[in-house]
Amino acid sequence: MAKREYSYYPGCSSQKGASSSNLMKSVDTMCEELDIQLNEIPDWNCCSASIGYASGSELPRLTLSARNIALSEEHNKNQEIVATCAACWLATKEAAERLKEDESMFAEANQALAEAGLKLQNNTPIKHMAEVIIEDIGLEQIRAGVKKPLEGIKIAGYVGCQTNRPFGIAGESFENPMYLDNLVESLGADACTTYEKKVQCCGGALAFSEPEKSQEMIKGIIEAAYDNEADMIATPCPLCQANVEIYQDQINERFGTKFNIPVVYYSQLVSVAYGRSASDAALDGQLVAAKKLEDIASK
Amino acid sequence: MSETNKATIEQYRNSFLSEVEANVEEGEWVKMCMQCGVCSGSCPLGKHWAHPPQEIFMMIRAGKRDEVLASDSMWMCTSCYNCVVRCPRQLPITHIMHGLATYAKKLGLVPQNQPTAKFAEIFWNNMMKKGRVNELKLGLSLYFKDGFGAGIKESLRNKDLGMKMMKAKRMAASEFFGGHGVKDIGGVQKMIQKAQEIEDARMKKFD
Repeated sequence: MAKREYSYYPGCSSQKGASSSNLMKSVDTMCEELDIQLNEIPDWNCCSASIGYASGSELPRLTLSARNIALSEEHNKNQEIVATCAACWLATKEAAERLKEDESMFAEANQALAEAGLKLQNNTPIKHMAEVIIEDIGLEQIRAGVKKPLEGIKIAGYVGCQTNRPFGIAGESFENPMYLDNLVESLGADACTTYEKKVQCCGGALAFSEPEKSQEMIKGIIEAAYDNEADMIATPCPLCQANVEIYQDQINERFGTKFNIPVVYYSQLVSVAYGRSASDAALDGQLVAAKKLEDIASK
Repeated sequence: MSETNKATIEQYRNSFLSEVEANVEEGEWVKMCMQCGVCSGSCPLGKHWAHPPQEIFMMIRAGKRDEVLASDSMWMCTSCYNCVVRCPRQLPITHIMHGLATYAKKLGLVPQNQPTAKFAEIFWNNMMKKGRVNELKLGLSLYFKDGFGAGIKESLRNKDLGMKMMKAKRMAASEFFGGHGVKDIGGVQKMIQKAQEIEDARMKKFD
């Protein structure tokens, strides 16, 4: 496989000791297997996600993302930016597009960036890692590298919101994107293609500020996975993963349910299917153990 | 059109709509809403909005300034972008809702103890300290947002979850003392201050 190189924006939650450090670890493993070299953007900052808006208004928020793009253009020249977090990707891509459409805003962002000694060219494509897998590499090639097919595992592909809207993967529908199911199938597992909650919102940041309202939605997401006889839920989004996995005890308490379903990342699926260990696939980062994946990894 | 004509026309424009167009992120789109209601029907938290987006747009056009800006409706937005991709006229509804929230905050009109407004402020301040979010401190500030007693209670309620996250190495006690951050934090802070100044300078005054 030809070596691919990208400028990497991991984001706050993917750092060591943070809530999606298991995403970062499994992405590293997956990229080793797929011969992808990720060059971290030096000194990147938070994108302020979709919740900074109370105090951070439009130009300050766009400027935060502009700084990351400018750093990438300076240090990782001619490399496309790749993000693994839905919110990071969305904020960065949105900022790039907004600053392309609006020349005066672009000039203002550069005026602010000058305070940090930076200059934005804004001609760098901003990609999600899912686009790298689906578009740059392609599922044919992914399938060809599988060493341990994930046989006998039924997976509900939970794409979520921000990996899917408003940008998503080219050619996929917003209402019923198929690429995650297709990835699951190409790794040898069974996809729940009738999983109706695949693009349902988990509450996002409101899972923290409005837990009752959000947990009602998360309950629906998990219930539908059980209805589809899924063994586990798989997602590309760090906040979806956390929200759907870690509140299961609270949801059980609140609604009298008995949920205990693993929620994993697509990168963990790829890592195990490519023959890597449970630890390389960061399966030790689960709060609800993904037993069926562990079994295949230890075979 | 002559300047006099323009001025005459301005008088007949509802001033709150003009205010939103001038000062709210993507506010110039509000007049494009055709009142179909797809946004309201698509919102995952739709039933919790006192005034769903479609209504907010009409209220802006009807000049209901206080009702809109002091509403907690737009604080219900989860940023799921369902409305954005479904809107037949492609209004950037998510951004308009964020923009209204930002503007209401700037004017001091947010309802007291609105939880998402509080959390969003905590998030921004947390992030601006080191240029990256400190999740441990973010969680703790959220627990303690309603005072010390409530904070202890909320921390105890979430104790088991915290322990599990630590065990899974997805939360680190060391984050309490320092933690991750941007090296050029001085540059980031100056940059954001500058961006804020530029934006504030182009805000128009409305009475």
